[in-house]
Amino acid sequence: MKCPKNGISSLSWQSVLVSTARLDALGLLCPLPVIRTQNEVRDLAAGTELEVLATDPGALHDIRAWCRVHGHDYLDDQPCRDPGCGSDQAHFHIRLRVSD
Amino acid sequence: MPVGAAIMTESRQVVARRERPPKAVALISGGLDSMLAARVVMDQGVHVEGLNFYTGFCVEGHTHAIRERKSKAPKRNNALWVAEQLGIKLHIVDVIDEYKDVVLNPRHGYGAHLNPCLDCKIFMVDKARAWGFMADNDFDFIITGEVMGQRPKSQRKETLPLVARESGADDRLLRPLCAKHLPETLPEREGWVKRDELYNFHGRNRKPQLELARRLGFTDWAQPAGGCCFLTNADYSAKLEDLWQWRGQRDYELDDIMLLKVGRHVRPSPAYKLIIGREEGENRYLEGYRRQFIALRPLSHRGPLALLDGTPGADDLPLAARVLARYSQGRDTARVQVSVERPDGSGEVLEVTPMPPHEVPEKWHI
Repeated sequence: MKCPKNGISSLSWQSVLVSTARLDALGLLCPLPVIRTQNEVRDLAAGTELEVLATDPGALHDIRAWCRVHGHDYLDDQPCRDPGCGSDQAHFHIRLRVSD
Repeated sequence: MPVGAAIMTESRQVVARRERPPKAVALISGGLDSMLAARVVMDQGVHVEGLNFYTGFCVEGHTHAIRERKSKAPKRNNALWVAEQLGIKLHIVDVIDEYKDVVLNPRHGYGAHLNPCLDCKIFMVDKARAWGFMADNDFDFIITGEVMGQRPKSQRKETLPLVARESGADDRLLRPLCAKHLPETLPEREGWVKRDELYNFHGRNRKPQLELARRLGFTDWAQPAGGCCFLTNADYSAKLEDLWQWRGQRDYELDDIMLLKVGRHVRPSPAYKLIIGREEGENRYLEGYRRQFIALRPLSHRGPLALLDGTPGADDLPLAARVLARYSQGRDTARVQVSVERPDGSGEVLEVTPMPPHEVPEKWHI
């Protein structure tokens, strides 16, 4: 199947259209970031990429472990200090992909 | 549950059993007993998933991590870690708001401190029942790691049936580690689990659990000193009592009970208390609250951050600053400058004489 507008293949078309979501877990201590992640993922379609913002470094470990036990893909995490994200404290951007 | 509904549920289970393996939801605390209980049932071919409740009072690695960032102890969520060891899914449920009624109005009273252990167990099994037996989840029975006689309040011969009854789980609550001391349950009668392969552990001796862990190949598990709940801790309970007393009402919000885990709590006056960071990790954590409380910090010397919880009068601030200065590196000097920052951003700088330790009455320490 080709995209009606530019003719790219369906695979490429899907990758262009990958849906994303963002979850603000700033200021929450574990296990709340993982609980919020779990509840958010429940409403997301498979293939959606979710970005979680968290200040508690424990969220790095917990969300990774939670992804493993539920079969979701933990993509990566990055430290950040940009207050524009909603916190003037050091925080992390955690990305995961929702599986079926 | 009405009789008709019970029959329908039973018949649904029997039908479902023909189409799929039996399903059990296991209460997973992160400790050894619930891990063993789940594994014993898994080994009988039952599909098991874990359920963990977050009450706000849970003693978790990351709560400790506020203080002990350099600690070598693994900073992991023990319930998730157990789920990984077992290879099962774990569902973590936030019950902070609903749990308030358990803490504030326990029908069966408190233990040695403000720990409502029996009501807590009934609450959790009831929540597991409601969660596990809902149509979307469709579990057949509940597993807990309880051992008869292990806990003075909630795990006695008299209270185990009471938990099953008052939670509404009745005979769909299986305690694999002490099942042989208890009447047969539905999963045993239906043949989903074999009673012969369950256990008869009893009392506070941990040797049978350790031996079973060894046989099942487990070499690591969490052993939280003082249990897994802050309400069993005398110091924590004293701080919660103090909070209720001086606020004039028995209630709390999540921030209240989190802050009771952090810092040195000093009450120089009925009007306010100070929460003083004990080290860098706690200071960082308290920083997150400086838009909700008056924050004090030494300016002329290194020292901790303090939050002031209450409604101090103008005369109270110099005393609060003197108490804080006593914990700064200027404690032995004549004067210490302390900044006072209000949530609205206004502030002032006070110059005070640090309070000598012997002038800080013991009763101020909560």
